[in-house]
Amino acid sequence: MLAVEAFRATDPVTFEETWSTDSITAVTDGAYRRAYLGSLQLSLITAVLGAVLGLALAVAILRSRRGRLLRRLVLTASGVLANFGGIPLAFAFLATIGNAGVVTALLQDTFGIGLGGFSLYSMTGLALVYLYFLIPLMVLIIIPALEALRPQWREAADNLGASGWQYWRYVGGPVLAPPVLGATMLLFASAFAAYATAKALVGSSVPLVTLQIADALSSNVVVGAESLGKALALGMVVVVGLVMIFYAWVQRRTQRWLA
Amino acid sequence: MTALAENVAGAGGVEPPEPRRPGRRRSGAWRLAVLALLGLYFLVPIAASVWFTARDRGQGGFTAEHYAEIPGAPGFAEAFTRSLALGGLTVAIALLLMVPTIVLVTLRLPRLRTTVELLTLMPLVLPPIALVVGVRSVLAWAPDHFLGTPLAEAFFALQEPALPWILVFVYVVLALPFVYRALDAGVRGADLPTLTEAARSLGASWPRVLVSVVLPVLRTSVLNAAFLTLALVLGEFTIANILGFETFPTWIVRISGSQPQLSVAVSVLSLAMTWMLLLLISALDRRRGPKESA
Repeated sequence: MLAVEAFRATDPVTFEETWSTDSITAVTDGAYRRAYLGSLQLSLITAVLGAVLGLALAVAILRSRRGRLLRRLVLTASGVLANFGGIPLAFAFLATIGNAGVVTALLQDTFGIGLGGFSLYSMTGLALVYLYFLIPLMVLIIIPALEALRPQWREAADNLGASGWQYWRYVGGPVLAPPVLGATMLLFASAFAAYATAKALVGSSVPLVTLQIADALSSNVVVGAESLGKALALGMVVVVGLVMIFYAWVQRRTQRWLA
Repeated sequence: MTALAENVAGAGGVEPPEPRRPGRRRSGAWRLAVLALLGLYFLVPIAASVWFTARDRGQGGFTAEHYAEIPGAPGFAEAFTRSLALGGLTVAIALLLMVPTIVLVTLRLPRLRTTVELLTLMPLVLPPIALVVGVRSVLAWAPDHFLGTPLAEAFFALQEPALPWILVFVYVVLALPFVYRALDAGVRGADLPTLTEAARSLGASWPRVLVSVVLPVLRTSVLNAAFLTLALVLGEFTIANILGFETFPTWIVRISGSQPQLSVAVSVLSLAMTWMLLLLISALDRRRGPKESA
């Protein structure tokens, strides 16, 4: 039942037989190529930034002494933002640094400066908004790995006279590297697949694959747009699939120490 | 060399060296810096949104009118109740599917565990936008080939704009990872095999075991799973938008052009409500916080 349900929806994408190679070639040039590159670039940058900042936040809330309430607040807020933020986030940012945003107006009125060439409706703006759900996602994914670091390792290192730096360089770092890498990949996949936020913010002015697919699907003008959409979607599935295969391999390395 | 400078470079993982005093490590200033900086980043947009919606353009005072006009806003009630109905149906189907599956796998078929896990994680790998491409072509396929047959009729019925069942089915698939992880956490923390064995050896029948042992043990997980699924459905935009149905999120986007303040008000409110509910559930769940999604 479950398998049928999942495959019923995916089959047409992956096993479409009526393709000529036209759509495939169309997808690899011009505007579509730019969209892929744009998506890849945005996802890579936000995934790495989100991973670094999320890791910092996770460590900070785990280490705080009286952190039970703080941890609960951060974790639940992360759960909301990471999974269900899409549309509301876009509007929160529009209200903040959009053209008529509160912060925009504040800067204008009080200091007489604009946002200095920064625009919410650009790649940079999108990256800023994406981080708003990627950092929470990183926190959620990485906390279990951090909790699994055994205090005994640290104690052993201390007793053998290792400095904190040496501990992280030879013990903590190598153990944490696979889960952090894996989490970064999940962040990448998440950013790559994001559509709602981008759609609500920029319409189609920024080249992203998801926006292009939506355009292709809703277009009644271009002949063969439907199959173009399928080809674009297939490309996405291939990219995410590769990332996931790599992720599975990294997970196996993780299991060795952090069961 | 300050601890702060060294730590920022190390992405917040490094600690000041204190080789002779294991166990008592200084809580570094960098932690406060991280918390303050990210706290600012996460709070400013929310605060600004509230400010944005509560500002009275006319007199420059504060007003709650935008929040007051949400219930009566044209289309709101319809879209919101539709989303709630879709959410309820999705929760029911997903739970009916997964609770027996998980119980069965835990007690009877442990060897299938990996398979089930992989299957339920599939939807995470598939971008919703790619999924919707597939769904669309399936929907187009039946009327093309079987026009006038019951099958085609069934396909049309699935796409009834008032209550699109097709969305329910797609959302069930999307919700599987959440549901599975939430339930799995409950099963792992409960040692179900021992409990059921105890109940059985005390003479309880299987149905009795399910109702009096398994379900109470999984109560918080089921609650958690149900809530996450509901939140997912209430916030899902991509699929509803491309298939052309009006649900709660697509309604927000539709009115945003003409009533920006209203759309921001609804957004802030929906985020806050979701968060409150999640906090409530996590408070009920003494053992662990909400599970992550990936």
